[in-house]
Amino acid sequence: MFELLGIPPQVLMGQLLIGLINGSFYAVLSLGLAVIFGLLNIINFAHGAQYMMGAFVSWMLLNYLGIGYWPALILAPLVVGAIGIVLERTMISRLYKLDHLYGLLLTFGLALIIQGLFRNYYGVSGLPYAIPPALQGGQNLGFMFLPNYRGWVIVASVIVCFGTWFMIEKTRLGSYLRAATENPELVGAFGINVPRMITLTYGFGVGLAAFAGVLAAPIYSVNPNMGADLIIVVFAVVVIGGMGSIMGAILTGFGLGIIEGLTRVFYPEGSAVVIFVIMAIVLMIKPEGLFGNTA
Amino acid sequence: MTDATTMQPQSERTSTDALLEVQGLEGWYGESHVLHGIEFHVREGEVVTLLGRNGAGKTTTIKAIMGLLDKRRGSVKLAGKETIALQARHIARMGIAICPEERGIFSSLSVEENLHLPPKLAEGGLSTERIFELFPNLKERRRSQGTKLSGGEQQMLAIARILRTGSKFLLLDEPTEGLAPVIVQQIGRTIQALKEAGFTIVLVEQNFRFAASVADRHYVVEQGRVVDMIPNHALDANIDKLHAYLGV
Ligand SMILES: Nc1ncnc2c1ncn2[C@@H]1O[C@H](COP(=O)(O)OP(=O)(O)OP(=O)(O)O)[C@@H](O)[C@H]1O
Ligand SMILES: [Mg+2]
Repeated sequence: MFELLGIPPQVLMGQLLIGLINGSFYAVLSLGLAVIFGLLNIINFAHGAQYMMGAFVSWMLLNYLGIGYWPALILAPLVVGAIGIVLERTMISRLYKLDHLYGLLLTFGLALIIQGLFRNYYGVSGLPYAIPPALQGGQNLGFMFLPNYRGWVIVASVIVCFGTWFMIEKTRLGSYLRAATENPELVGAFGINVPRMITLTYGFGVGLAAFAGVLAAPIYSVNPNMGADLIIVVFAVVVIGGMGSIMGAILTGFGLGIIEGLTRVFYPEGSAVVIFVIMAIVLMIKPEGLFGNTA
Repeated sequence: MTDATTMQPQSERTSTDALLEVQGLEGWYGESHVLHGIEFHVREGEVVTLLGRNGAGKTTTIKAIMGLLDKRRGSVKLAGKETIALQARHIARMGIAICPEERGIFSSLSVEENLHLPPKLAEGGLSTERIFELFPNLKERRRSQGTKLSGGEQQMLAIARILRTGSKFLLLDEPTEGLAPVIVQQIGRTIQALKEAGFTIVLVEQNFRFAASVADRHYVVEQGRVVDMIPNHALDANIDKLHAYLGV
Protein backbone atom coordinates (compact mmCIF):
# COMPACT_ATOMS: atom_id res chain seq x y z
CA MET A 1 0.00 0.00 0.00
CA PHE A 2 1.04 3.58 -0.63
CA GLU A 3 2.54 5.80 2.00
CA LEU A 4 2.16 9.54 1.91
CA LEU A 5 4.99 11.54 3.47
CA GLY A 6 5.69 8.60 5.68
CA ILE A 7 2.12 8.42 6.97
CA PRO A 8 0.63 4.90 6.98
CA PRO A 9 -2.63 4.85 5.00
CA GLN A 10 -4.52 3.36 7.96
CA VAL A 11 -3.67 6.43 10.02
CA LEU A 12 -4.57 8.79 7.20
CA MET A 13 -7.89 7.08 6.47
CA GLY A 14 -8.67 6.77 10.16
CA GLN A 15 -8.25 10.49 10.69
CA LEU A 16 -10.16 11.28 7.51
CA LEU A 17 -13.02 9.19 8.87
CA ILE A 18 -12.96 11.00 12.20
CA GLY A 19 -12.84 14.26 10.29
CA LEU A 20 -15.83 13.25 8.22
CA ILE A 21 -17.77 12.29 11.34
CA ASN A 22 -16.99 15.57 13.04
CA GLY A 23 -17.82 17.29 9.76
CA SER A 24 -21.23 15.56 9.78
CA PHE A 25 -22.04 17.14 13.12
CA TYR A 26 -20.67 20.51 12.04
CA ALA A 27 -22.81 20.35 8.89
CA VAL A 28 -26.09 19.40 10.56
CA LEU A 29 -25.61 21.91 13.37
CA SER A 30 -24.49 24.82 11.21
CA LEU A 31 -27.33 24.03 8.80
CA GLY A 32 -29.82 24.44 11.65
CA LEU A 33 -28.19 27.71 12.65
CA ALA A 34 -28.29 28.96 9.06
CA VAL A 35 -31.98 28.06 8.66
CA ILE A 36 -32.85 29.86 11.88
CA PHE A 37 -30.70 32.88 11.16
CA GLY A 38 -32.09 33.24 7.65
CA LEU A 39 -35.69 33.69 8.71
CA LEU A 40 -35.52 34.83 12.34
CA ASN A 41 -32.42 36.96 12.12
CA ILE A 42 -31.26 35.67 15.45
CA ILE A 43 -28.09 33.78 16.22
CA ASN A 44 -29.36 30.79 18.15
CA PHE A 45 -26.83 30.38 20.90
CA ALA A 46 -29.02 27.72 22.50
CA HIS A 47 -28.20 25.40 19.59
CA GLY A 48 -25.53 23.49 21.50
CA ALA A 49 -27.85 23.00 24.46
CA GLN A 50 -30.59 21.78 22.11
CA TYR A 51 -28.15 19.30 20.56
CA MET A 52 -27.36 18.08 24.07
CA MET A 53 -31.08 17.82 24.81
CA GLY A 54 -31.50 15.63 21.73
CA ALA A 55 -28.95 13.20 23.18
CA PHE A 56 -30.52 13.37 26.64
CA VAL A 57 -34.06 12.87 25.38
CA SER A 58 -32.99 9.73 23.54
CA TRP A 59 -31.23 8.53 26.70
CA MET A 60 -34.40 9.23 28.74
CA LEU A 61 -36.63 7.54 26.19
CA LEU A 62 -34.48 4.43 26.49
CA ASN A 63 -33.96 4.40 30.25
CA TYR A 64 -37.34 5.67 31.45
CA LEU A 65 -39.68 4.40 28.73
CA GLY A 66 -37.74 1.62 27.07
CA ILE A 67 -37.96 3.32 23.67
CA GLY A 68 -34.92 2.51 21.57
CA TYR A 69 -32.64 4.30 19.14
CA TRP A 70 -34.68 4.18 15.94
CA PRO A 71 -37.88 5.71 17.32
CA ALA A 72 -35.71 8.19 19.26
CA LEU A 73 -34.23 9.38 16.00
CA ILE A 74 -37.68 10.77 15.17
CA LEU A 75 -39.12 11.37 18.65
CA ALA A 76 -36.23 13.28 20.23
CA PRO A 77 -36.13 15.96 17.48
CA LEU A 78 -39.92 16.29 17.77
CA VAL A 79 -39.79 16.69 21.55
CA VAL A 80 -36.87 19.12 21.53
CA GLY A 81 -38.31 20.98 18.53
CA ALA A 82 -41.59 21.39 20.41
CA ILE A 83 -39.72 22.81 23.39
CA GLY A 84 -38.01 25.18 20.95
CA ILE A 85 -41.41 26.26 19.63
CA VAL A 86 -42.54 27.10 23.15
CA LEU A 87 -39.37 29.15 23.72
CA GLU A 88 -39.90 30.97 20.41
CA ARG A 89 -43.53 31.78 21.15
CA THR A 90 -43.01 32.89 24.73
CA MET A 91 -39.62 34.61 24.60
CA ILE A 92 -37.67 34.86 21.37
CA SER A 93 -40.58 36.32 19.37
CA ARG A 94 -40.52 39.39 21.59
CA LEU A 95 -37.09 40.37 20.30
CA TYR A 96 -37.56 40.43 16.51
CA LYS A 97 -37.80 44.21 16.34
CA LEU A 98 -34.53 44.62 18.23
CA ASP A 99 -30.91 44.17 17.21
CA HIS A 100 -29.48 40.63 16.58
CA LEU A 101 -27.52 41.02 19.76
CA TYR A 102 -30.59 40.67 21.98
CA GLY A 103 -31.56 37.35 20.44
CA LEU A 104 -28.02 36.15 20.91
CA LEU A 105 -28.00 37.19 24.56
CA LEU A 106 -31.37 35.61 25.26
CA THR A 107 -30.49 32.30 23.64
CA PHE A 108 -27.08 32.33 25.32
CA GLY A 109 -28.84 32.75 28.66
CA LEU A 110 -31.26 29.96 27.82
CA ALA A 111 -28.33 27.70 26.93
CA LEU A 112 -26.70 28.33 30.30
CA ILE A 113 -29.95 27.64 32.15
CA ILE A 114 -30.64 24.43 30.23
CA GLN A 115 -27.09 23.15 30.70
CA GLY A 116 -27.19 24.10 34.39
CA LEU A 117 -30.40 22.17 34.90
CA PHE A 118 -29.04 19.05 33.26
CA ARG A 119 -25.76 19.30 35.21
CA ASN A 120 -27.75 19.59 38.39
CA TYR A 121 -29.78 16.45 37.75
CA TYR A 122 -27.37 14.27 35.81
CA GLY A 123 -23.88 15.45 36.81
CA VAL A 124 -21.04 15.88 34.36
CA SER A 125 -19.57 12.39 34.25
CA GLY A 126 -21.60 11.37 31.21
CA LEU A 127 -24.15 8.62 30.64
CA PRO A 128 -23.57 5.70 28.31
CA TYR A 129 -25.83 5.06 25.32
CA ALA A 130 -25.26 1.81 23.48
CA ILE A 131 -24.94 1.56 19.73
CA PRO A 132 -28.15 -0.02 18.36
CA PRO A 133 -27.64 -3.74 17.66
CA ALA A 134 -28.22 -3.36 13.92
CA LEU A 135 -25.25 -1.01 13.66
CA GLN A 136 -22.74 -2.79 15.87
CA GLY A 137 -19.58 -4.20 14.36
CA GLY A 138 -17.89 -2.88 11.27
CA GLN A 139 -16.55 -3.46 7.80
CA ASN A 140 -13.00 -4.22 6.83
CA LEU A 141 -12.46 -2.10 3.75
CA GLY A 142 -8.97 -3.47 3.16
CA PHE A 143 -7.20 -0.18 3.78
CA MET A 144 -9.11 0.49 7.00
CA PHE A 145 -11.76 -0.73 9.41
CA LEU A 146 -15.05 1.19 9.23
CA PRO A 147 -17.30 0.84 12.28
CA ASN A 148 -20.88 0.53 11.01
CA TYR A 149 -22.28 3.13 13.35
CA ARG A 150 -19.81 5.75 12.14
CA GLY A 151 -20.66 5.01 8.55
CA TRP A 152 -24.32 5.42 9.44
CA VAL A 153 -23.70 8.82 11.06
CA ILE A 154 -22.14 10.09 7.85
CA VAL A 155 -24.89 8.67 5.64
CA ALA A 156 -27.69 9.96 7.89
CA SER A 157 -26.14 13.42 8.05
CA VAL A 158 -25.70 13.64 4.31
CA ILE A 159 -29.33 12.57 3.78
CA VAL A 160 -30.69 15.06 6.30
CA CYS A 161 -28.53 17.91 5.01
CA PHE A 162 -29.40 17.42 1.37
CA GLY A 163 -33.03 16.69 2.19
CA THR A 164 -33.20 20.02 3.99
CA TRP A 165 -31.43 21.76 1.15
CA PHE A 166 -33.85 20.25 -1.34
CA MET A 167 -36.87 21.25 0.71
CA ILE A 168 -35.72 24.85 1.02
CA GLU A 169 -34.35 25.41 -2.46
CA LYS A 170 -36.59 23.26 -4.63
CA THR A 171 -40.07 23.00 -3.16
CA ARG A 172 -43.03 25.32 -2.92
CA LEU A 173 -42.85 25.32 0.87
CA GLY A 174 -39.23 26.34 0.54
CA SER A 175 -40.15 29.20 -1.78
CA TYR A 176 -42.32 30.65 0.99
CA LEU A 177 -39.40 30.36 3.35
CA ARG A 178 -36.98 32.02 0.95
CA ALA A 179 -39.43 34.80 0.20
CA ALA A 180 -40.13 35.44 3.89
CA THR A 181 -36.39 35.54 4.51
CA GLU A 182 -36.08 38.30 1.91
CA ASN A 183 -39.16 40.39 2.62
CA PRO A 184 -41.44 39.14 5.40
CA GLU A 185 -43.75 42.20 5.27
CA LEU A 186 -44.64 41.65 1.64
CA VAL A 187 -45.14 37.92 2.14
CA GLY A 188 -47.53 38.78 4.98
CA ALA A 189 -49.33 41.26 2.72
CA PHE A 190 -50.11 38.35 0.38
CA GLY A 191 -52.06 36.73 3.19
CA ILE A 192 -49.42 34.26 4.34
CA ASN A 193 -49.04 33.67 8.07
CA VAL A 194 -45.39 34.62 8.50
CA PRO A 195 -45.27 34.45 12.31
CA ARG A 196 -46.38 30.81 12.16
CA MET A 197 -43.74 30.09 9.53
CA ILE A 198 -41.11 31.65 11.78
CA THR A 199 -42.20 29.53 14.72
CA LEU A 200 -42.16 26.31 12.70
CA THR A 201 -38.80 27.18 11.19
CA TYR A 202 -37.30 27.69 14.62
CA GLY A 203 -38.78 24.37 15.69
CA PHE A 204 -37.29 22.72 12.61
CA GLY A 205 -33.82 24.23 13.17
CA VAL A 206 -33.90 23.10 16.79
CA GLY A 207 -35.09 19.67 15.67
CA LEU A 208 -32.02 19.42 13.42
CA ALA A 209 -29.79 20.13 16.43
CA ALA A 210 -31.60 17.45 18.43
CA PHE A 211 -31.24 14.99 15.53
CA ALA A 212 -27.48 15.55 15.62
CA GLY A 213 -27.67 14.96 19.37
CA VAL A 214 -29.33 11.56 18.88
CA LEU A 215 -26.68 10.61 16.32
CA ALA A 216 -23.99 11.67 18.79
CA ALA A 217 -25.36 9.81 21.81
CA PRO A 218 -23.72 6.41 21.04
CA ILE A 219 -20.41 8.00 19.98
CA TYR A 220 -19.77 10.61 22.65
CA SER A 221 -21.09 10.09 26.14
CA VAL A 222 -24.38 11.82 26.89
CA ASN A 223 -23.18 14.78 28.88
CA PRO A 224 -24.64 18.21 29.78
CA ASN A 225 -21.54 19.92 28.39
CA MET A 226 -21.37 18.05 25.09
CA GLY A 227 -23.05 20.90 23.21
CA ALA A 228 -21.17 23.75 24.85
CA ASP A 229 -17.84 22.37 23.61
CA LEU A 230 -19.04 21.65 20.12
CA ILE A 231 -21.04 24.80 19.49
CA ILE A 232 -18.02 27.11 19.63
CA VAL A 233 -16.47 25.22 16.71
CA VAL A 234 -19.82 25.22 14.90
CA PHE A 235 -20.06 29.00 15.20
CA ALA A 236 -16.63 29.25 13.63
CA VAL A 237 -17.87 26.98 10.81
CA VAL A 238 -20.88 29.24 10.31
CA VAL A 239 -18.70 32.35 10.19
CA ILE A 240 -16.46 30.69 7.60
CA GLY A 241 -19.38 29.50 5.46
CA GLY A 242 -21.36 32.70 5.77
CA MET A 243 -24.51 33.15 7.83
CA GLY A 244 -27.70 32.26 6.06
CA SER A 245 -26.41 30.18 3.14
CA ILE A 246 -27.90 26.67 3.26
CA MET A 247 -25.50 24.94 0.89
CA GLY A 248 -22.65 26.99 2.34
CA ALA A 249 -23.35 25.65 5.81
CA ILE A 250 -23.44 22.05 4.60
CA LEU A 251 -20.31 22.15 2.46
CA THR A 252 -18.33 24.15 4.99
CA GLY A 253 -19.33 21.76 7.76
CA PHE A 254 -18.13 18.64 5.96
CA GLY A 255 -15.13 20.42 4.45
CA LEU A 256 -13.82 21.76 7.73
CA GLY A 257 -14.27 18.40 9.44
CA ILE A 258 -12.04 16.87 6.79
CA ILE A 259 -9.48 19.67 7.02
CA GLU A 260 -9.40 19.23 10.78
CA GLY A 261 -8.84 15.49 10.36
CA LEU A 262 -6.00 16.02 7.87
CA THR A 263 -4.39 18.55 10.19
CA ARG A 264 -4.43 15.90 12.90
CA VAL A 265 -2.37 13.68 10.61
CA PHE A 266 0.15 16.15 9.28
CA TYR A 267 0.41 18.67 12.09
CA PRO A 268 -1.35 17.31 15.19
CA GLU A 269 -0.47 20.35 17.32
CA GLY A 270 -2.56 22.52 14.98
CA SER A 271 -5.70 20.37 14.86
CA ALA A 272 -7.43 22.08 17.77
CA VAL A 273 -7.04 25.54 16.30
CA VAL A 274 -7.04 25.05 12.52
CA ILE A 275 -10.73 25.96 12.17
CA PHE A 276 -10.24 29.15 14.14
CA VAL A 277 -7.20 30.08 12.08
CA ILE A 278 -9.24 29.59 8.92
CA MET A 279 -12.00 31.67 10.47
CA ALA A 280 -9.59 34.52 11.14
CA ILE A 281 -8.25 34.39 7.59
CA VAL A 282 -11.75 34.29 6.07
CA LEU A 283 -12.85 37.21 8.22
CA MET A 284 -9.94 39.26 6.93
CA ILE A 285 -10.34 38.36 3.26
CA LYS A 286 -14.08 37.80 2.86
CA PRO A 287 -15.89 38.93 6.02
CA GLU A 288 -19.31 37.83 4.73
CA GLY A 289 -18.06 34.22 4.62
CA LEU A 290 -17.17 31.91 1.74
CA PHE A 291 -20.78 31.43 0.64
CA GLY A 292 -22.26 34.58 2.16
CA ASN A 293 -23.90 37.42 0.30
CA THR A 294 -22.24 40.79 0.37
CA ALA A 295 -25.63 42.43 0.89
CA MET B 1 -63.99 34.30 9.42
CA THR B 2 -65.58 33.02 6.22
CA ASP B 3 -67.40 36.25 5.46
CA ALA B 4 -64.13 38.13 5.68
CA THR B 5 -62.62 36.23 2.79
CA THR B 6 -64.95 37.56 0.13
CA MET B 7 -66.31 41.02 -0.37
CA GLN B 8 -70.02 41.52 -0.35
CA PRO B 9 -71.66 43.21 -3.30
CA GLN B 10 -72.63 46.84 -2.78
CA SER B 11 -76.34 46.20 -2.49
CA GLU B 12 -75.93 44.17 0.69
CA ARG B 13 -74.13 46.94 2.46
CA THR B 14 -76.05 49.52 4.39
CA SER B 15 -73.65 51.95 6.08
CA THR B 16 -71.88 53.05 2.91
CA ASP B 17 -71.92 52.26 -0.77
CA ALA B 18 -68.13 52.39 -1.04
CA LEU B 19 -66.01 49.26 -1.24
CA LEU B 20 -63.15 51.18 0.36
CA GLU B 21 -63.86 54.01 2.75
CA VAL B 22 -60.88 55.85 4.23
CA GLN B 23 -61.55 58.41 6.93
CA GLY B 24 -59.18 60.47 9.06
CA LEU B 25 -56.31 58.13 8.24
CA GLU B 26 -53.08 59.04 10.00
CA GLY B 27 -49.81 57.20 9.60
CA TRP B 28 -46.31 57.27 11.00
CA TYR B 29 -42.84 55.96 10.19
CA GLY B 30 -41.35 55.67 13.64
CA GLU B 31 -41.69 59.14 15.10
CA SER B 32 -42.35 60.92 11.84
CA HIS B 33 -45.99 61.70 11.23
CA VAL B 34 -46.63 61.34 7.49
CA LEU B 35 -50.40 60.98 6.95
CA HIS B 36 -52.57 63.67 8.50
CA GLY B 37 -56.13 62.57 7.97
CA ILE B 38 -56.47 61.04 4.49
CA GLU B 39 -60.11 60.87 3.30
CA PHE B 40 -61.32 59.16 0.17
CA HIS B 41 -63.48 56.34 -1.02
CA VAL B 42 -63.60 53.89 -3.90
CA ARG B 43 -66.73 52.24 -5.23
CA GLU B 44 -66.79 48.70 -6.48
CA GLY B 45 -65.55 48.46 -10.06
CA GLU B 46 -63.99 51.91 -10.01
CA VAL B 47 -60.43 52.81 -10.98
CA VAL B 48 -59.30 55.68 -8.80
CA THR B 49 -55.90 57.32 -8.81
CA LEU B 50 -53.89 59.02 -6.14
CA LEU B 51 -51.92 61.86 -7.70
CA GLY B 52 -49.41 64.07 -5.96
CA ARG B 53 -45.86 65.26 -5.82
CA ASN B 54 -42.96 63.14 -4.62
CA GLY B 55 -43.21 62.62 -0.91
CA ALA B 56 -46.89 63.61 -0.73
CA GLY B 57 -47.81 60.36 1.02
CA LYS B 58 -49.32 58.24 -1.78
CA THR B 59 -47.24 55.15 -1.11
CA THR B 60 -47.75 55.57 2.61
CA THR B 61 -51.50 55.67 2.06
CA ILE B 62 -51.35 52.41 0.09
CA LYS B 63 -49.24 50.81 2.81
CA ALA B 64 -51.59 52.01 5.52
CA ILE B 65 -54.59 50.51 3.72
CA MET B 66 -52.74 47.20 3.36
CA GLY B 67 -51.71 47.17 7.03
CA LEU B 68 -48.02 47.61 6.29
CA LEU B 69 -47.41 50.64 8.52
CA ASP B 70 -46.34 50.01 12.09
CA LYS B 71 -48.50 52.82 13.38
CA ARG B 72 -51.72 54.08 11.84
CA ARG B 73 -54.94 55.56 13.12
CA GLY B 74 -58.32 56.58 11.79
CA SER B 75 -60.62 54.39 9.80
CA VAL B 76 -60.15 52.13 6.77
CA LYS B 77 -63.30 50.21 5.93
CA LEU B 78 -63.28 47.43 3.38
CA ALA B 79 -66.75 46.40 2.30
CA GLY B 80 -68.06 48.05 5.45
CA LYS B 81 -65.64 46.26 7.76
CA GLU B 82 -63.17 48.21 9.85
CA THR B 83 -59.59 47.05 9.17
CA ILE B 84 -57.52 49.63 11.02
CA ALA B 85 -56.58 47.21 13.79
CA LEU B 86 -55.95 44.19 11.54
CA GLN B 87 -52.61 42.77 10.45
CA ALA B 88 -51.65 42.75 6.78
CA ARG B 89 -52.35 39.07 6.26
CA HIS B 90 -55.90 39.39 7.55
CA ILE B 91 -56.52 42.42 5.35
CA ALA B 92 -55.14 40.52 2.35
CA ARG B 93 -57.56 37.67 3.03
CA MET B 94 -60.46 40.11 2.67
CA GLY B 95 -59.65 40.13 -1.02
CA ILE B 96 -57.22 42.99 -1.50
CA ALA B 97 -53.78 42.72 -3.08
CA ILE B 98 -50.83 45.04 -3.46
CA CYS B 99 -48.33 45.68 -6.22
CA PRO B 100 -45.73 47.69 -4.31
CA GLU B 101 -43.79 50.65 -5.63
CA GLU B 102 -40.45 48.82 -5.41
CA ARG B 103 -42.14 45.83 -7.13
CA GLY B 104 -41.02 43.37 -4.49
CA ILE B 105 -39.75 40.65 -6.80
CA PHE B 106 -37.92 38.03 -4.76
CA SER B 107 -34.37 37.41 -5.92
CA SER B 108 -34.14 33.97 -4.33
CA LEU B 109 -37.22 32.82 -6.26
CA SER B 110 -37.56 31.98 -9.94
CA VAL B 111 -40.07 33.87 -12.06
CA GLU B 112 -42.49 30.98 -11.74
CA GLU B 113 -42.02 30.77 -7.96
CA ASN B 114 -42.59 34.51 -7.68
CA LEU B 115 -45.76 34.11 -9.70
CA HIS B 116 -47.04 31.30 -7.52
CA LEU B 117 -46.05 32.82 -4.18
CA PRO B 118 -49.25 34.71 -3.32
CA PRO B 119 -51.77 32.07 -2.30
CA LYS B 120 -55.20 31.86 -3.91
CA LEU B 121 -57.55 33.65 -1.54
CA ALA B 122 -60.75 33.58 -3.58
CA GLU B 123 -62.26 31.95 -6.62
CA GLY B 124 -62.00 33.60 -10.02
CA GLY B 125 -58.29 34.35 -10.17
CA LEU B 126 -56.51 34.08 -13.50
CA SER B 127 -54.95 30.73 -14.31
CA THR B 128 -51.22 30.46 -14.90
CA GLU B 129 -51.92 29.74 -18.59
CA ARG B 130 -54.02 32.88 -18.93
CA ILE B 131 -51.30 34.93 -17.24
CA PHE B 132 -48.68 33.54 -19.60
CA GLU B 133 -50.97 34.50 -22.51
CA LEU B 134 -51.21 38.04 -21.19
CA PHE B 135 -47.50 38.28 -20.46
CA PRO B 136 -45.63 36.01 -22.88
CA ASN B 137 -42.25 37.33 -21.64
CA LEU B 138 -42.90 35.80 -18.27
CA LYS B 139 -43.54 32.41 -19.81
CA GLU B 140 -40.32 32.50 -21.77
CA ARG B 141 -38.34 33.45 -18.72
CA ARG B 142 -40.19 31.45 -16.09
CA ARG B 143 -37.09 29.57 -14.95
CA SER B 144 -34.94 32.70 -14.55
CA GLN B 145 -34.19 34.28 -11.23
CA GLY B 146 -36.93 36.84 -10.52
CA THR B 147 -34.64 39.83 -10.29
CA LYS B 148 -32.83 38.91 -13.51
CA LEU B 149 -35.86 40.17 -15.44
CA SER B 150 -35.85 43.64 -16.98
CA GLY B 151 -37.60 46.42 -15.07
CA GLY B 152 -40.65 46.14 -17.30
CA GLU B 153 -40.83 42.37 -16.96
CA GLN B 154 -40.50 42.64 -13.19
CA GLN B 155 -43.37 45.09 -13.18
CA MET B 156 -45.49 42.68 -15.24
CA LEU B 157 -44.58 39.90 -12.83
CA ALA B 158 -45.54 42.04 -9.84
CA ILE B 159 -48.96 42.67 -11.39
CA ALA B 160 -49.38 39.16 -12.76
CA ARG B 161 -48.80 37.41 -9.47
CA ILE B 162 -51.66 39.23 -7.74
CA LEU B 163 -54.05 38.39 -10.57
CA ARG B 164 -53.77 34.71 -9.69
CA THR B 165 -55.01 35.24 -6.14
CA GLY B 166 -58.65 35.91 -6.95
CA SER B 167 -58.48 39.27 -5.17
CA LYS B 168 -60.71 41.73 -7.01
CA PHE B 169 -59.36 44.84 -5.33
CA LEU B 170 -55.87 45.90 -6.38
CA LEU B 171 -53.54 48.56 -5.03
CA LEU B 172 -51.05 49.44 -7.78
CA ASP B 173 -48.25 51.78 -6.76
CA GLU B 174 -46.72 53.49 -9.80
CA PRO B 175 -46.83 50.48 -12.13
CA THR B 176 -45.47 52.55 -15.04
CA GLU B 177 -42.58 54.21 -13.25
CA GLY B 178 -39.44 54.25 -15.37
CA LEU B 179 -40.84 52.02 -18.12
CA ALA B 180 -40.65 52.37 -21.89
CA PRO B 181 -43.78 53.69 -23.66
CA VAL B 182 -44.67 50.33 -25.24
CA ILE B 183 -44.65 48.68 -21.87
CA VAL B 184 -46.65 51.52 -20.35
CA GLN B 185 -49.22 50.90 -23.08
CA GLN B 186 -49.28 47.20 -22.35
CA ILE B 187 -49.85 47.86 -18.66
CA GLY B 188 -52.54 50.40 -19.59
CA ARG B 189 -54.33 47.74 -21.65
CA THR B 190 -54.04 45.28 -18.79
CA ILE B 191 -55.61 47.72 -16.34
CA GLN B 192 -58.36 48.46 -18.85
CA ALA B 193 -59.07 44.77 -19.19
CA LEU B 194 -59.14 44.31 -15.43
CA LYS B 195 -61.58 47.19 -15.12
CA GLU B 196 -63.85 45.59 -17.69
CA ALA B 197 -63.64 42.36 -15.73
CA GLY B 198 -65.00 44.21 -12.70
CA PHE B 199 -61.83 44.76 -10.71
CA THR B 200 -61.60 47.71 -8.34
CA ILE B 201 -58.28 49.51 -8.52
CA VAL B 202 -56.45 52.20 -6.61
CA LEU B 203 -53.66 53.43 -8.81
CA VAL B 204 -50.81 55.68 -7.73
CA GLU B 205 -49.46 57.59 -10.71
CA GLN B 206 -47.05 60.40 -11.50
CA ASN B 207 -47.92 60.21 -15.17
CA PHE B 208 -51.41 61.69 -15.21
CA ARG B 209 -51.81 61.30 -18.97
CA PHE B 210 -51.60 57.60 -18.25
CA ALA B 211 -53.89 58.00 -15.25
CA ALA B 212 -56.45 59.81 -17.39
CA SER B 213 -56.53 56.96 -19.86
CA VAL B 214 -57.71 54.40 -17.31
CA ALA B 215 -59.25 56.12 -14.28
CA ASP B 216 -62.75 57.23 -13.27
CA ARG B 217 -61.69 59.71 -10.63
CA HIS B 218 -58.50 61.30 -9.34
CA TYR B 219 -57.63 62.24 -5.78
CA VAL B 220 -54.88 64.77 -5.21
CA VAL B 221 -52.64 64.08 -2.21
CA GLU B 222 -50.57 66.85 -0.69
CA GLN B 223 -48.54 66.63 2.51
CA GLY B 224 -50.42 63.67 3.88
CA ARG B 225 -53.92 64.95 3.07
CA VAL B 226 -56.35 64.54 0.20
CA VAL B 227 -56.82 68.10 -1.03
CA ASP B 228 -58.99 67.62 -4.10
CA MET B 229 -60.98 65.17 -6.17
CA ILE B 230 -61.33 65.52 -9.92
CA PRO B 231 -63.59 63.26 -11.97
CA ASN B 232 -61.88 62.03 -15.08
CA HIS B 233 -64.35 63.78 -17.41
CA ALA B 234 -63.51 67.10 -15.73
CA LEU B 235 -59.76 66.62 -16.07
CA ASP B 236 -59.30 68.90 -19.07
CA ALA B 237 -61.25 71.71 -17.42
CA ASN B 238 -59.04 71.41 -14.35
CA ILE B 239 -55.74 70.96 -16.08
CA ASP B 240 -54.19 74.20 -14.82
CA LYS B 241 -55.19 73.46 -11.26
CA LEU B 242 -53.74 69.97 -11.58
CA HIS B 243 -50.49 71.30 -12.99
CA ALA B 244 -50.24 73.57 -9.99
CA TYR B 245 -50.84 70.65 -7.61
CA LEU B 246 -48.28 68.47 -9.26
CA GLY B 247 -45.79 71.25 -9.90
CA VAL B 248 -45.32 70.32 -13.54
N1 LIG C 1 -39.52 54.23 5.36
C1 LIG C 1 -39.68 55.53 5.65
N2 LIG C 1 -39.21 56.04 6.80
C2 LIG C 1 -39.37 57.34 7.10
N3 LIG C 1 -39.99 58.23 6.32
C3 LIG C 1 -40.48 57.80 5.15
C4 LIG C 1 -40.35 56.43 4.76
N4 LIG C 1 -40.93 56.26 3.55
C5 LIG C 1 -41.39 57.49 3.22
N5 LIG C 1 -41.13 58.41 4.16
C6 LIG C 1 -41.51 59.83 4.14
O1 LIG C 1 -42.92 59.89 4.14
C7 LIG C 1 -43.37 60.90 3.27
C8 LIG C 1 -44.35 60.32 2.27
O2 LIG C 1 -43.66 59.38 1.47
P1 LIG C 1 -44.37 58.47 0.39
O3 LIG C 1 -43.40 57.42 -0.01
O4 LIG C 1 -45.68 58.04 0.89
O5 LIG C 1 -44.55 59.51 -0.80
P2 LIG C 1 -45.11 59.30 -2.26
O6 LIG C 1 -46.24 60.22 -2.41
O7 LIG C 1 -45.36 57.87 -2.53
O8 LIG C 1 -43.88 59.81 -3.13
P3 LIG C 1 -43.30 59.28 -4.53
O9 LIG C 1 -44.12 59.88 -5.58
O10 LIG C 1 -41.90 59.82 -4.55
O11 LIG C 1 -43.34 57.80 -4.50
C9 LIG C 1 -42.13 61.52 2.63
O12 LIG C 1 -41.84 62.69 3.33
C10 LIG C 1 -41.06 60.50 2.87
O13 LIG C 1 -39.83 61.11 3.04
MG1 LIG D 1 -44.53 56.49 -3.72
